[in-house]
Amino acid sequence: MEYAQIVIPDLISGAKITYTIFFFTLIFSVPLGLILAIFGLSRFRLLKAAIVAYIWLFRGTPLLLQIFFVWFWLLPYMGVSANRLVAVILTFSLNYAAYFAEIFRGGIQSIDRGQYEGCHVLGFTYPQTMRLVILPQVVKRVLPPVGNEVITLVKDTALAFAIGVRDLIRVAQTTASRDFRVDVYLYAVVFYLASTLILTWLLKKAEQRFAYYE
Amino acid sequence: MSEDFLQISGLCKNFGSLAVLKNVTFSVRRGEVVAVIGPSGSGKSTLLRCLIRLETMQRGSVALAGRALVRQDADGRSHYPPESETRPLLRKMGMVFQSFNLFPHRNVLENIIAAPLTVARQPREEAIAAADRLLAKVGLTDKRLNYPFELSGGQKQRVAIARALAMNPEIMLFDEPTSALDPELTGEVLRTMRDLAEEKMTMLVVTHEMSFARGVAGKIIFMDGGEVIEEGAPAAVLDNPRHPRAKAFFAQTP
Repeated sequence: MEYAQIVIPDLISGAKITYTIFFFTLIFSVPLGLILAIFGLSRFRLLKAAIVAYIWLFRGTPLLLQIFFVWFWLLPYMGVSANRLVAVILTFSLNYAAYFAEIFRGGIQSIDRGQYEGCHVLGFTYPQTMRLVILPQVVKRVLPPVGNEVITLVKDTALAFAIGVRDLIRVAQTTASRDFRVDVYLYAVVFYLASTLILTWLLKKAEQRFAYYE
Repeated sequence: MSEDFLQISGLCKNFGSLAVLKNVTFSVRRGEVVAVIGPSGSGKSTLLRCLIRLETMQRGSVALAGRALVRQDADGRSHYPPESETRPLLRKMGMVFQSFNLFPHRNVLENIIAAPLTVARQPREEAIAAADRLLAKVGLTDKRLNYPFELSGGQKQRVAIARALAMNPEIMLFDEPTSALDPELTGEVLRTMRDLAEEKMTMLVVTHEMSFARGVAGKIIFMDGGEVIEEGAPAAVLDNPRHPRAKAFFAQTP
């Protein structure tokens, strides 16, 4: 127990970094994914092709490689002096947006044509139709796959370790090698499990909120 | 005599090389109920969809209240005037679908006030008051706060009618409004439509309900293969069809 008292404050500081990556990635990637999905379904061919290429690129290469690419090449090349955490959040946001875009596209396409027609004959414009009728129904349908991504993200944050961000895993690893004992990894496991448990509960609550129709 | 409110002239519509509507010409007077009947695939629904611009037509013209909704050039090809001209005209039309198309995430009241608030920009209290009057009219005041999934098919269709009426249309298009309903539920919807007809609402109704067509319509259009092959008073068309295809159709229909 004494050992726990020593390492837990360190782990908490690591967890704060982990949660920072998690929250900012969600805040940026969900709206970006939605924009990609909507424009990916539009009539602008060039834009559609660009979005297809974007999604292919980010889903088609390892996230770890993308982090390396952004941190060791893209940011230095652009002359931007960002810190490691910013590089990680940027990469994660771009990557997760690609997955969210596909989820949202599927959700939008699953809405019955009759909903658009019902809106058309009432005089709704396309943006009004999307905002008031289509997207609220999409939210309900995409919650389960979005929940999947959210849970995956909690664990993907560990990749930040690779460019030296002091997240939960990094703290656990340095502590383990400093003290020559591995039980600190067990504490880290508890952090991850507790986080996903809370998220699972929140997602269930969200799904229940939408369970009153259809 | 009352004026021609809706005039359809030489309407042709193709899906690729398939001609779905061939030179459809007829008109609807203000306050008149016109029933469009005919076998499945005869183009009846496509006709309504062309009028309210869910489909585009290739040839012919459509005028509403004396103003062009679709123009035709000297060769008969259709041209669509700018949206600023046609938008107010389209607003005069309401439409009810076979599949209701209610918004499942909104309750009955919200379904009805959505367009008045968003499109007509009515004040909320005004929209709600109007919605309540319409709900009383279609007999669903007690379902005001229910969600569509809690309603029967007939109730859903009556909400859909109220929702369309909330935009104060001058003509209502009905696309087989009772075809998705169990037989015992068609009566309540037809009664609502009959009430509307008695209030002199101009209506264009695609239907398979022959008794409704006979009892309520002032004129019947019989379509087959994308063409209007009979047009006239219900008794004339239903009891003495001249065209062999119309005769064959009525022979099969009880």
